[in-house]
Amino acid sequence: MDSNTSFTLAIEDLTVSFDGFKAVDSLNFYLDENELHVVIGPNGAGKTTVLDLICGKTKSTSGSIKFLNKELTNMSEHAIVNEGVGRKFQTPSIYENLSVLENLEISYPHGRGVYGSLMFKRSDKVLAKIKETAKEIMLLDDLDTEAGLLSHGQKQWLEIGMLLIQDPQLLMLDEPVAGMSVKEREQTADLLKKICKGRSVLVIEHDMEFVERIAHKVTVLHQGKILATGNMDEVQKDPKVIEVYLGH
Amino acid sequence: MNFVYEKLMGGKQGFFGFIILATLIIVILPLFLDIFRLNLVGKYLTYAFAAVSLVLLWGYGGILSLGQGVFFGLGGYGMAMFLKLEASSPENTQIQSTPGIPDFMDWNQIISLPWFWEPFNSLPLTIAAILILPALFAFIIGTAMFKRRVGGVYFAIITQVIAVILTILIVGQQGFTGGINGITDLRTLNGWDITSDNAKYIFYFLNAFLLLTVIVISRFILTSKFGSLLLAIRDKEDRVRFSGYDVSNFKIFIFSFSAMVSAIGGAMFTLQVGFMSPSFVGIVPSIEMVIFAAVGGRMSLIGVVYGTLLINFGKTTFSESFPELWLFLMGGLFISVVMFFPNGLAGLWNDYGHHITNKIPFWKKLKKTEVSQAVVEKTDEATV
Repeated sequence: MDSNTSFTLAIEDLTVSFDGFKAVDSLNFYLDENELHVVIGPNGAGKTTVLDLICGKTKSTSGSIKFLNKELTNMSEHAIVNEGVGRKFQTPSIYENLSVLENLEISYPHGRGVYGSLMFKRSDKVLAKIKETAKEIMLLDDLDTEAGLLSHGQKQWLEIGMLLIQDPQLLMLDEPVAGMSVKEREQTADLLKKICKGRSVLVIEHDMEFVERIAHKVTVLHQGKILATGNMDEVQKDPKVIEVYLGH
Repeated sequence: MNFVYEKLMGGKQGFFGFIILATLIIVILPLFLDIFRLNLVGKYLTYAFAAVSLVLLWGYGGILSLGQGVFFGLGGYGMAMFLKLEASSPENTQIQSTPGIPDFMDWNQIISLPWFWEPFNSLPLTIAAILILPALFAFIIGTAMFKRRVGGVYFAIITQVIAVILTILIVGQQGFTGGINGITDLRTLNGWDITSDNAKYIFYFLNAFLLLTVIVISRFILTSKFGSLLLAIRDKEDRVRFSGYDVSNFKIFIFSFSAMVSAIGGAMFTLQVGFMSPSFVGIVPSIEMVIFAAVGGRMSLIGVVYGTLLINFGKTTFSESFPELWLFLMGGLFISVVMFFPNGLAGLWNDYGHHITNKIPFWKKLKKTEVSQAVVEKTDEATV
């Protein structure tokens, strides 16, 4: 546990127990740069809990989470974000009463203190970055739209955009295509392929077709433990995985 | 210029609303009201400070404080302590067993001025105390609660409890605070008679000027990124936290700022009314302040001023003729705001105001401005 790793994210022996129930049990998990890694698993496998642990929403019982060789387990949520970890929630978590532009502006990683936010100016540089991001998430024409009026898929994209504008080294997406149309899924897959360059992306997803399309590597989680890791083919052929998915 | 227009006034809507409000309280009301009624309006406008502070804290920040009376009271007591010390010169208090200390201390067998009264011998120190102490108190409460992520209804309950505690403390420590009667018999400010009509006019205008200044500063806060963040924290606190912000710092700041604003109102209250008592500190005034904000429209800095004026005129008018009915009426009004027009008068104006403005040729040109006219008419009716 003391060694420096070359991994972007190195999780070792991570355990969290809620009143004796181990939601995540001695988990070891590594993520490389430029890697798009998808975590799948049945309900209650602990997928979302792993993301909660990484981003500081839940505190671990034991174990270590190293991000670029920095221990995250004792840091506060906002400090973890400032280290370069971005996280999308399962249900689109955007500011419905603000415009798309304001949503992105709030996520822009400057003026994060009280004084800084009072004196924050919407400079050309900020606007340029907002527009660039909006273009990437296909919302350039909706900058002035109130976010609450966007379609469900667009809300998902907006939240991804709010993470992208922070330029995180590690991007964690919890079910990014839930509730999307077929076409939106395709567009999202293209978007994810584009944005995983120069950073690591960790995705939780149920839609196997979508996973197959985007994943470099797949990990199957079951009852807080890793059942199998590898590329999609290997994982699909794994008898333990078949047992878990079909046996119940 | 653009900065002033957009950031301090809030664009066209905010600008017209502001001008109309300023005209009403600086020109129209002083022209048409005698000094007794104007002094009453001045008193109501001191509550508007608390209502404006609740727009920031509750309307935008989503933090419901049921203890704004605490800060209003701290500001009021600060000013009252200064005025009381001035009124208690050794010559004025010769008949006491210890001349030179406030009369209620003498009645309670206190023989020297308590240490925490000493700074209130000086006007600059008093003003500093009025601005800083309530904000500091709010900072401490805010840090204790927001850092531990206490929020929502728990925060409301705790602030209400603080209001109760402070009231009990003031009433119980009669020798130091004047007890249930409060600090009364205030006469002069640096030798200037504050009960004269002249002084009342000056305080009225000072009060109006301060209120408008507070509105402008608040508008600046709300139009900055801080303002969007407040809304964001209200609606999706977790998202803000996971966008790299320390949410508690923002809450602590806005709570402290709202405390300072309320305290200014309290100090102006003492100057205009001439006394301060625990009945302006506790639960009832604190909740009334929330009602002012709710009726005026908790998202509108301008609307809450009308809300405050309207309710207080109503209170004065009704409690003169049907005192026992007033509380039911106010309760009913609050319930109907919650049930039928959650954005208060300002919301009603935004939704239906164009029916009125469209009939006035001048307004047609301006299209949709903001708040006010309907409200102005209402308050004018109440005034007459």
